[in-house]
Amino acid sequence: MSDFLLHALLAGIGIALVCGPLGAFVVWRRMSYFGDTLAHSALLGIALGFMLELNLNVAVVVVCLAIAGVLVALEHNQAIATDTLLGILAHGSLSAGLVLVALLEVRVDLMSLLFGDLLAVSLEDLYWILIGGPIILLLLGFLWKPLLSITLHEELAEVEGIAVRPVKLALMLMIALVIAIAMKIVGILLITSLLIIPAATARYLAKTPEQMAIIASIIGCLAVVAGLSGSYQFDTPTGPSVVLAATVLFILIFAGTYRRHGYQR
Amino acid sequence: MPDHISILNLQDVSVVRQGRAILDHVNLELHEQEITTLIGPNGSGKTTLIRLILGLIKPTTGEVKWREKPSVGYMPQKLHIEPTLPLTVERFLLMAQGTKRSEIDRVLNDTGILHLRLSPIQHVSGGEFQRVLLSRAILRRPQLLVLDEPVQGVDVSGQLELYQLITYIKEQYGCTVLMVSHDLHLVMAKTDHVICLNQHICCQGSPQKVSHDPEFTALFGEGYQEDIALYNHQHDHHHHLDGKISSPRFPRSPSDTNV
Repeated sequence: MSDFLLHALLAGIGIALVCGPLGAFVVWRRMSYFGDTLAHSALLGIALGFMLELNLNVAVVVVCLAIAGVLVALEHNQAIATDTLLGILAHGSLSAGLVLVALLEVRVDLMSLLFGDLLAVSLEDLYWILIGGPIILLLLGFLWKPLLSITLHEELAEVEGIAVRPVKLALMLMIALVIAIAMKIVGILLITSLLIIPAATARYLAKTPEQMAIIASIIGCLAVVAGLSGSYQFDTPTGPSVVLAATVLFILIFAGTYRRHGYQR
Repeated sequence: MPDHISILNLQDVSVVRQGRAILDHVNLELHEQEITTLIGPNGSGKTTLIRLILGLIKPTTGEVKWREKPSVGYMPQKLHIEPTLPLTVERFLLMAQGTKRSEIDRVLNDTGILHLRLSPIQHVSGGEFQRVLLSRAILRRPQLLVLDEPVQGVDVSGQLELYQLITYIKEQYGCTVLMVSHDLHLVMAKTDHVICLNQHICCQGSPQKVSHDPEFTALFGEGYQEDIALYNHQHDHHHHLDGKISSPRFPRSPSDTNV
């Protein structure tokens, strides 16, 4: 197996493991549009990174965190609905990124940024994932109970003694981090699907929140392995190949449980 | 009548948002081991008052004084559980901080839904779900139980049972109960103290007294006095539709002449 394929596989599996539990929260809290917004802003991070000659990963993380911060700050603004605000930020930052990339003197491979690229995973990216992934998983484990509580009902959680705002902020930051590192594999436009599809698939097999998170990780890994090998074999774009594999798994498991249990477990 | 030890004192409390008074100079007391019911039309500030008492918001002016901070059990008005979240009733109850499995048997027994312990929470009926929420609120044996519209989404016979259950819980646990309610008929019978809120406190007292208050009839209409004797009254103010007060009131509306 060639080095770059091994790197991509390790990176993809690392990302899928983190995306399982995090994606479960994105599904439970209906945050997929939030994920999209952060992902779209990642391109702005890349462009700014090139312009200011920063480390690109750092630039992307910083921009994602900044956008997450803006969202938290403006969330309580009653004049604009949250989905409208997300739409403005998502498309505004994506457009800013695209315009900046066009103005840059460096040639940037836009296709690989938008849809992911097997060859784009450098050793440095792999280190990011190998260090960042376990940190996020540990943090998730540590915050698991309070995160579940605030997902059910924020005020009830607060009355029961949970510091709601810091926990919520931590979740947003973790999503921002994962998006920044997952971008290389699946690309800006498809990151959210790596969060949502495995988690949604796992719903049909899980009886507890924890099962759902773990099964989502496993399904994500399967999708990554299948998608990357397909991409390598048939020279198809990496991101869409992985997402397609995840979608096929979803359809199979959905159809299987539908036949056995009827519409809903 | 229980002894009237007050555990909470709101002194001249106002909550102002965007220049509008949501609560306007509210004074009230909660008495230990009594059921206090908060009634009022939509938008009258009931939920704001509850949130204030729960410590989720601070008053703009005025003071919230506790005799000593009680442990609080809270039953929120709406709790939507995503169908994507796999959760049994037992697991839902375990999610309250520091809950032990042994306590779950006890509360489910008290609320009469022990058989639902392992059911997916999205599959229980409206009335059963309210009992699940009540179970969670009493898990930690609270000194104060705050219930925001505990019977919503429950059919009439179920409502009566739920109010009886709340009274039973109060006796069993020896807690103080504050609840918000819409359905006056049923709730009145089980309540020690009624507070009628419409930004300010319109009237408060025993259910018999409140149901004859002209402020009360102005808000909720006739028909709640039933067989209670004539209550003598003098009103000093009257509400516009927006809840603002105009006084004195002329002409008198027919609703308060036939009490």
